[in-house]
Amino acid sequence: MHYQVDSWGYYMPRMSMGSDPMERVAKLASESAVVIFSLSSCCMCHAVKRLFCGLGVNPTVYELDQDPRGKDLEAALMRLLGNSQAVPVVFIGGKLIGAMDRVMASHINGTLVPLLKEAGALWL
Amino acid sequence: MNSPSTEFTRRMAIYEQFNQISRLGDVFNCGDSPNTGSSAIVEVDVGLENKAGYISCDQVEPSRSDQETNKPDDKTQRRLAQNREAARKSRIRKKAYVQELESSRLKLAQLEQELERTRQQGIYISSASDSGYFGLSGTVNPGISAFELEYGHWVEVQDKQTCELRNALQAHTTDIELQILVESGLNHYCNLFRIKAEAAKADVFYLNSGLWRTSAERFFHWIGGFRPSELLNVVMSHIEPLTDQQQLEVCHLRQSAQQAEDALSQGIDKLQHNLAQNVASDFSWGNYRAQMAVATDVLEALEGFVNQADHLREQTLLQMVRVLTTHQAARALLALGEYFHRLRALSSLWAAHPR
Repeated sequence: MHYQVDSWGYYMPRMSMGSDPMERVAKLASESAVVIFSLSSCCMCHAVKRLFCGLGVNPTVYELDQDPRGKDLEAALMRLLGNSQAVPVVFIGGKLIGAMDRVMASHINGTLVPLLKEAGALWL
Repeated sequence: MNSPSTEFTRRMAIYEQFNQISRLGDVFNCGDSPNTGSSAIVEVDVGLENKAGYISCDQVEPSRSDQETNKPDDKTQRRLAQNREAARKSRIRKKAYVQELESSRLKLAQLEQELERTRQQGIYISSASDSGYFGLSGTVNPGISAFELEYGHWVEVQDKQTCELRNALQAHTTDIELQILVESGLNHYCNLFRIKAEAAKADVFYLNSGLWRTSAERFFHWIGGFRPSELLNVVMSHIEPLTDQQQLEVCHLRQSAQQAEDALSQGIDKLQHNLAQNVASDFSWGNYRAQMAVATDVLEALEGFVNQADHLREQTLLQMVRVLTTHQAARALLALGEYFHRLRALSSLWAAHPR
């Protein structure tokens, strides 16, 4: 069995599909440099996707309404954020950045771009 | 004169001033400069031993206990004089603050009275034509009435603060006095965003439409207020000269504010597009439930955008102040205050202009 360590400190067996939604979130979040959990109908999610595309980043987007177990993931994200809004949620380099307000605040104060570069999502 | 107890009292006075000043400093130097506040506390707590590493504050200088105890010399005299000066300034600031509090209390009492009267009369202030959803028109919206009153008061205080800034800059007051003004200016903007958030819960379409602003301001309207990128354009000529580092940071701020603005604009466009499609399609329009679902979704989404737009305005303001020196920040806030004041004045001219 092949074990993979991710940034959350869990040892997760590759073969299991992560029945715990929180684990699944963590796993998906660590698989790409920039991960966005979204709903295809949500306009704020659209805004955050446009923000990253405008920066030249190619984020991995998971549309939870198109996932069979999307509801569980939504609930897990709501718990994670302590919020009634599950999406949009952004992970960079496997680490949780937060919802739209955190993303925008970190872009304005100049910390977003260095994080993106560190995660390999941006060059230049 | 230099007995241990007066020594201690004097040191406690210094400690208190450090606390005040370093707290103010923390607001403007978060992360950039060493946290002078806590090291000051540690220094004093560790004892009445003096360390040469006292913080650079022009009101206190390092001293050695063994030197002073027996010789009331120039150093001591100078230090005492500086302490007296610092204490005097502190008393002046405290007095100014207390006066401000008193006048605010009076104003608050007045406002509450007005509010009570307004609620009892059930005055409907927002525009009648577009405030009805699904035929519910002409209803009283106390949340909006309250907001209009609060906003009127906000503008008054804003104009007053702008005058204070102008006077302070002309009189060449110290950076510390300017810091206080800049901080209260920022707090005042944060208050605006707070009351807008409340109003958004009462009637987001009203807030988004900008009916509560004057016509000239509405000309530049973007999701419930001014464009963050507009902010930087307005203050640019007033904050120069900038160091190279500042030029870079201002440039980055401009860029990131524009990018965030564009992202939100695209989000709102999508919202409009979705709503238009919904309304135009025959499919779900038959039943009331579907209509209600669409209405609620759009309301919630729009509220989210208005809140994010205000959040962006707030962050842009805060970052701008972080990048600038105290004097530059004061000039920037003055420029901003004057700009909006002039727009409001222009609107009155237009309203009075005979056709």
